[in-house]
Amino acid sequence: MTFKVINPGLLTTIQDLGRPGYFHLGIPISGAMDRFALRAANLLVGNDEGAAGLEAVFMGPLLEFEVDAMVAVTGAILPPRVDGEEQPLWTAFPIKAGQSLTFDYLKGGARAYIAISGGIATKPHLGSRSTYPIGSLGGFDGRPLATGDMVPLGEGKTVKAGRTVAEALRRGPGSPAELRVLPGLYWHLITERAGKAFFDDEWKVAPEADRMGVRFRGGQPIEFAPREQPFGAGSDPSNIVDGCYSYGSIQVPGGSEPIVLHRDAVSGGGYFTLGAVVSADMDLIGQLQPHTPTRFVRVTLEEALTARRDRAALLARIREDLS
Amino acid sequence: MSVIRSPLPGTFYHKPAPDLPPFKAEGDPVAVGDVIGLVEVMKSFMEVKAEVAGTVVRFLVDNEAPVTAGAVLVELAD
Repeated sequence: MTFKVINPGLLTTIQDLGRPGYFHLGIPISGAMDRFALRAANLLVGNDEGAAGLEAVFMGPLLEFEVDAMVAVTGAILPPRVDGEEQPLWTAFPIKAGQSLTFDYLKGGARAYIAISGGIATKPHLGSRSTYPIGSLGGFDGRPLATGDMVPLGEGKTVKAGRTVAEALRRGPGSPAELRVLPGLYWHLITERAGKAFFDDEWKVAPEADRMGVRFRGGQPIEFAPREQPFGAGSDPSNIVDGCYSYGSIQVPGGSEPIVLHRDAVSGGGYFTLGAVVSADMDLIGQLQPHTPTRFVRVTLEEALTARRDRAALLARIREDLS
Repeated sequence: MSVIRSPLPGTFYHKPAPDLPPFKAEGDPVAVGDVIGLVEVMKSFMEVKAEVAGTVVRFLVDNEAPVTAGAVLVELAD
């Protein structure tokens, strides 16, 4: 029970919900950048929400199936085709042994999630099948998919074709995108003017954005409040004497370009962080294309927690609809 | 008339390096498999190759300009 990779696309990796529990050892949490989309795709094909699927960035792969299966594609608008025939997004569709799955040009978003009934059945590493390519960990031999790979699948449940997530329950980024931010511990290191400008300015997603971090440019450089750098922090005012980085934290090396750390980011280092993007908006970051205009919106902890609950409620509705 | 589209979003380059001439200029012949430009995204550069042969009529995207997936980069005459 496998599918064969005829063409991997730009960068297609096996991802599940991630590898928590090792961040303190410097091993990132990994997992799908848009976990909401991966969960929905898995539910559509009758898998556990946390089953491993494929994350395809900007370009779809070309896969040939050696087994009958049910497939769902969510996240980016990357229209799938079975033997050339277009299939709907956010909907379960069947594919038969011998048929090919291909994709059209990307029409919106950045990362498509491809769930296959039974889930991908590569060997888990440290409790996850997620691929962390820099550490050669998990996924398919610790690397993105390549031409000729035979990817194993698990035993699927029987579900009906045509199961779909209602349009009102689907999520993608807007343009301009808005990311809610909770200011953090180091906020006092920057001037009031710089703090205001960070939220007032329009930023653009830089093309080098990847699974480690998403960089933004176009806003004013950060101005730091005058202070004597503590011993060990180095002379650059954006440096601190090392600290932990959370998922979603925003560092600004040299004060010029904010970087939001994502699923494959390092767990600590010597840059100050402005704060963090709220958990409810981290999935949206995974769907930002290069050059997308973006604004950061300041929120309180209470607003961040409300946003998290709203996001959980949305997912609960999808679970209910598909149960 | 045929076209070559960008396979992915990013930044389009006409040249292999800033100090080198463009891959193709207007009026140049293009064979299947010829590189007509680069798209940069996620710290890597992907070559855009012609899937049809022809002659370059014009580029529709400037050097170092942003492109979306599926955007027409070049028009070719048969």
